[in-house]
Amino acid sequence: MFGDYSIGDLGAIFAMQGFAGLILFSVYLLMALGLAIIFGQMGVINMAHGEFMILGAYVTYLCSTFFQSYLPSLFPISFFVAMGLAFLASGAMGMLVEWGLIRFLYKRPLDTLLATWGLSLILQQAYRSIFGAREVGVELPAWLIGSVQVTDTIEVPINGLFVMAVTILITCAVALLIFRSRFGQQVRAVMANRAMAGAVGIDTEKVDRYTFGLGCGIAGVAGSAFTMIGSTGPTSGQLYIVDTFLIVVFGGAASLVGTIASAFSISQTQSTLEFFLSGSMAKVLTLLAVVGILMLRPQGLFTLKVRR
Amino acid sequence: MTNPVQALTKSVTVNDNPFMKPVEWLSLLVLAALILVVLPLLLDGFRLNLVGKYLTYAFVALGLVICWGYAGILSLGQGVFFGLGGYCMAMYLKLEASSVENTKIQSTPGIPDFMDWNQLTALPWFWQPFKSLPLTLILVIAVPVLFAFVISFAMFKRRVGGTYFAIITQAIAAILTILIVGQQGYTGGINGITDLRTLHGWDIRTDAAKFVLYFINGGLLIACILAAQYVKKSKLGRILVAMRDKEDRVRFSGYSVAGFKVFAFCLAAGFAAIGGAMFTLQVGFMSPSFVGIVPSIEMVIYTAVGGRLSLFGAVWGTLLVNWAKTSFSESFPDLWLFGLGALFIAVVLAFPNGLAGLWRERIEPRLTRRVKALRAPPPAILPPHGTPPHGAPAE
Repeated sequence: MFGDYSIGDLGAIFAMQGFAGLILFSVYLLMALGLAIIFGQMGVINMAHGEFMILGAYVTYLCSTFFQSYLPSLFPISFFVAMGLAFLASGAMGMLVEWGLIRFLYKRPLDTLLATWGLSLILQQAYRSIFGAREVGVELPAWLIGSVQVTDTIEVPINGLFVMAVTILITCAVALLIFRSRFGQQVRAVMANRAMAGAVGIDTEKVDRYTFGLGCGIAGVAGSAFTMIGSTGPTSGQLYIVDTFLIVVFGGAASLVGTIASAFSISQTQSTLEFFLSGSMAKVLTLLAVVGILMLRPQGLFTLKVRR
Repeated sequence: MTNPVQALTKSVTVNDNPFMKPVEWLSLLVLAALILVVLPLLLDGFRLNLVGKYLTYAFVALGLVICWGYAGILSLGQGVFFGLGGYCMAMYLKLEASSVENTKIQSTPGIPDFMDWNQLTALPWFWQPFKSLPLTLILVIAVPVLFAFVISFAMFKRRVGGTYFAIITQAIAAILTILIVGQQGYTGGINGITDLRTLHGWDIRTDAAKFVLYFINGGLLIACILAAQYVKKSKLGRILVAMRDKEDRVRFSGYSVAGFKVFAFCLAAGFAAIGGAMFTLQVGFMSPSFVGIVPSIEMVIYTAVGGRLSLFGAVWGTLLVNWAKTSFSESFPDLWLFGLGALFIAVVLAFPNGLAGLWRERIEPRLTRRVKALRAPPPAILPPHGTPPHGAPAE
């Protein structure tokens, strides 16, 4: 399949597709981070994670429309406000869901799958009733439009660069929070040994609730970033959920490095293959490879040694 | 050496453990009467065909009772097996419908129309076996079961279970859907395989044929219930339950846990495949919309609503949820998704054993009390008929 292209062309193709893959990587990573934190700590798979992401996207949409009509002078910075609001909205909703639903099901992980799926159906229908079935797009401020010409065959869009910068920032913030803060210490303690963490005085229920909120909040930011590269509809979240699950499982649950590595490898493989094959075959081959590797190595790429 | 499971099966005498208890015979009789007598008498052809369609999902629900309820393996990819069974059947019917004289306007006569539209000039190799009916009937079961075996053997040998397994099955459902939709020339794409006409020369589109197919479907369903009941009652069924509740103990007793899990999963896949094939025959087409994530997880909710531990409950649950879906989405299309979502949450939070659990805990004790009160006057020595909550949840 490489035969028709010269070496220079191939280099440009790989660079361009690699960059497109990096944008995909950003969305995957932001979504998977939240999921991985929740799965790692509580063993809960949140099927409604995509809907939390879409909540963030809708918040961004509302926010940018608000700025456009009432504060047009501040429109260029509306994105930062929107990201903060998306984090808060999705995080608050996540804590509410944890309090109202998830905490009753910690002993029954399989049932959580079903309950959160039900939640995702309800949220989807709610979005459809509120925002309509049509996809909405967020208008980008002027400074995010356009692209940077690297060489005469390679150019990179600015919004993609911005999304990547946001992703790197958030990943670093999460890493700092988990590995350097008091809250993170508690999270890791609960992750390693819940009973013992409770015995030394950590309020595990509270830690659970905040962790769930944090994971959902990150999904909200992911949604905010997502609006820059795609339009938002009630069911957009569902398109990404399987890929994100696979990323979390492939990376090895509860491993931050693993999640990053698997998000990177999956998004790059998919995006590079997409150029040579049809989009659907690229996805099929990527997912098949992941499932195949998981069958041979079920613990994922990186594993955290935890005594259960 | 005796092990716990052997000791358990030996300690109960034959009379204590009949194939089916009187209550279960009664449930079977009621269900059979409903499916084979009451509904055909009450409903017109269109509605009966609809019920027949629902009943094909009941095969999947039945498999999930064994696989999820008894063996504790939640599969979110049963649509894969339903779809594979259905596609195998549809491929045979399609080949029969695209005989050379039927398709002589095509540039390549004798191949299905969608292949011709996609510039294919010869029948792909994997379509070849579906020219023969006996081979098709074997493949309808064999392909899904073999696929289930490949998936589950690799996973269970490495002791992967629980949510991991559920996610992998879901991913497989997603992969297969994308593949079918993407490979339009080989599979018919998003529209699926449509315009099916005859089964070995017998027109399946007529009302009479649909009527006959409904009864074949009902009969097969009852046969599958009996087969599942046999598995549930046998020593194998006890090992499955033991494995679900304390996997390590069963393993330490010398059983091959993986083997039993693979069997349960393959059995469920086989049931789903029968359902899929009957679906194709009754509804007249097969499309990827019955393979993907959404239908697969909806099939789990049928089982959950009916009661994940009750074979009869699974059928009732399927009928009830689908009836609700049809009547709700006819009148309030917006509300249905709210209802379905709430159903998922309610069935998990409030009724983990579904309708069968409600029946067993609330209604049956009351009925037995009533019956006892009626029988009470002659002070005969009745054995204390406390209905043992067979298959009550372990947690």
